[in-house]
Amino acid sequence: MSATADAAEAARKRDGLPGGVEHAAQPDGAAAPALVLEGNATRRAVTGLGFYGRAWFKLRRDPTTLIAGAVLGIIILATLLAPLITQHVLHTEPNTMVRGPDGRFAILKGPGAGFLLGTDDLGRDAVTRLLHAGRVSLSIGFLVMVISLSIGTTAGLAAGYFGGKVDDVINAIIQVIFNVPSLFLLIILSVLFRPGVIGLSIIFGVLGWGGTARQVRGVVLSARNLDYVAAAQVLGASNVRIMAQHILPNVANIVLVVAGFDVAGAILGESALSFLGFGVQVPTASWGNMLSGSQDLFRRAPWLVYPPGAMIFITVLCVVLIADGLRDALDPRVK
Amino acid sequence: MRTFLIRRLIQSALLLWLVMTMTFVLVRVTPGGPESAFLNQEGMEKADIDRMRERFGLNDPLPLAYVKWMGNAIRLDFGRSYHYLRPPLDLIRERIWPSLQLQGMAWLIGMTGIPLGVLAASYRGRPPDILIRIFTVVGDATPNWWMALVIIVLLSTYTGWFPQGQGRGNPGTWFMHIIIPASILGLGLVVAFARFTRSQVLEILGQDHVRTARAKGLTEGVVTNRHVLRNALTPAVTIFGGLLPFLIGGAALTEGIFNWPGTGRLFLEAANTRDYPLLLAIITVATMATLIGTLLADIIYGFVDPRVRYS
Repeated sequence: MSATADAAEAARKRDGLPGGVEHAAQPDGAAAPALVLEGNATRRAVTGLGFYGRAWFKLRRDPTTLIAGAVLGIIILATLLAPLITQHVLHTEPNTMVRGPDGRFAILKGPGAGFLLGTDDLGRDAVTRLLHAGRVSLSIGFLVMVISLSIGTTAGLAAGYFGGKVDDVINAIIQVIFNVPSLFLLIILSVLFRPGVIGLSIIFGVLGWGGTARQVRGVVLSARNLDYVAAAQVLGASNVRIMAQHILPNVANIVLVVAGFDVAGAILGESALSFLGFGVQVPTASWGNMLSGSQDLFRRAPWLVYPPGAMIFITVLCVVLIADGLRDALDPRVK
Repeated sequence: MRTFLIRRLIQSALLLWLVMTMTFVLVRVTPGGPESAFLNQEGMEKADIDRMRERFGLNDPLPLAYVKWMGNAIRLDFGRSYHYLRPPLDLIRERIWPSLQLQGMAWLIGMTGIPLGVLAASYRGRPPDILIRIFTVVGDATPNWWMALVIIVLLSTYTGWFPQGQGRGNPGTWFMHIIIPASILGLGLVVAFARFTRSQVLEILGQDHVRTARAKGLTEGVVTNRHVLRNALTPAVTIFGGLLPFLIGGAALTEGIFNWPGTGRLFLEAANTRDYPLLLAIITVATMATLIGTLLADIIYGFVDPRVRYS
């Protein structure tokens, strides 16, 4: 992830292009259809659209990203509606035992009538838990992204804009975070604080902003020397105003792409930590901790091993594909 | 070069000190010490717990405990593991050899990513490149610990056998036990190597000296091997710098799932039993490995790439 993003940053530096400068010059999108009259229609339509309009135009013609978006949308919708679906369609609760047709508790029943994906060792329905677990895993992914992006963008902006001492201090903090093996630190923090869903997201977010900050810093370094920033300074704009109004838009497209990879990384990290028993604690279900019991049970209940991992895989794959598609769509050099 | 080395060494020492202090303070100030896991056993009386706390120095005030621990740690004495009642460094030394075997094998498997990357770059945009790209994206999205679980389930269902532990005895059993966890670890490395090599080769392919080589009438094979690969692979040295820290904890999950007696699993055990001296020792050693690894990589990089100047 960071390798490709670094490459993107390097390429941007080489071309002397700060992020999305064109964002500033926003031509009238409504005029675009009138331009499609002759010659290379696609090209005309694209050039008339402004930065984000053009990105959307490219995205609409990218089937991989669209399919990934649709699948992710379905997953998000299904997990959002989890309580409704499980109560009214499946008639189950995530933490209560289900009874089989014979009226007995259904413990470790294989997939079949009544239990689409079987039941676990405590007699809970796997589909129900899978849907509820999705809420937890996806919220952690999203929360971590928000936290690490806010810290990373702020730190990167400050480091790149002010330079000097501020830059040194922020770089030192990033160095410290990068040099501690992150899995170890995560496990230690989780053992010590026994965090819940929010606590875990904060831990992940606080440990994960280094990469974002470095990328944002790189873009800001080239953007702050642009003429219009100097002009704003001459006009007496405050530092905060310059950063928010004039420099932040340049960073926007990088941040959008990084956001995707953050979500993917957080979902993977959370699932690994929960699988080890250091993440989301039972009875709250997450895709990771649904698997932690399965290793001892796999001879009797192999069906418990596949669905949670498959959900992690599909979700992460979709998020990565969307982030990839966004990167291509937002890159002004790719036509 | 000398000033560069001295500055980097001071920087590294400072970082190590910061990390050590941070983890020590974290471990000490949080409530629910080791007694919540280790000392809280059947038949433990309050007096026993107090005696144990006193003996392990858990009753010392924080500054005193910190000075004591730091003073000993500098002399590479991390106390005694609560669980094993042995010096942590001895335990790490015992466990590092199995980790080394596993990771070495994984890196050998990971090397196959280099030819994959070259292939992808030379067929840019055509089917081989697209296939390899799909492979890397899919490989990135797969949680490799889940893949380990799936493989164990499939193997045990269809053959009744699956690798557990280190498989001592003859080389055949050793190989059978190491190959599956190593492949799972290696897959991530294949993906990383392939992507890295592809982008490097693409960059070099566009340079003037490659055009010159082609203009001289050299065959495509000679151009790739002599003029492209040699330049493309120099930055790979920095990846090898990552090998060192990866050794200590990089395989914690895989080692845990396959019961591999390495340092990663040692850490998981220590975390589960709240074995603070062992936890702190492993973190310190792992951080040291990271710092030494990056420093070594930077130094070696200067030898293989004459354009790099240390200042």
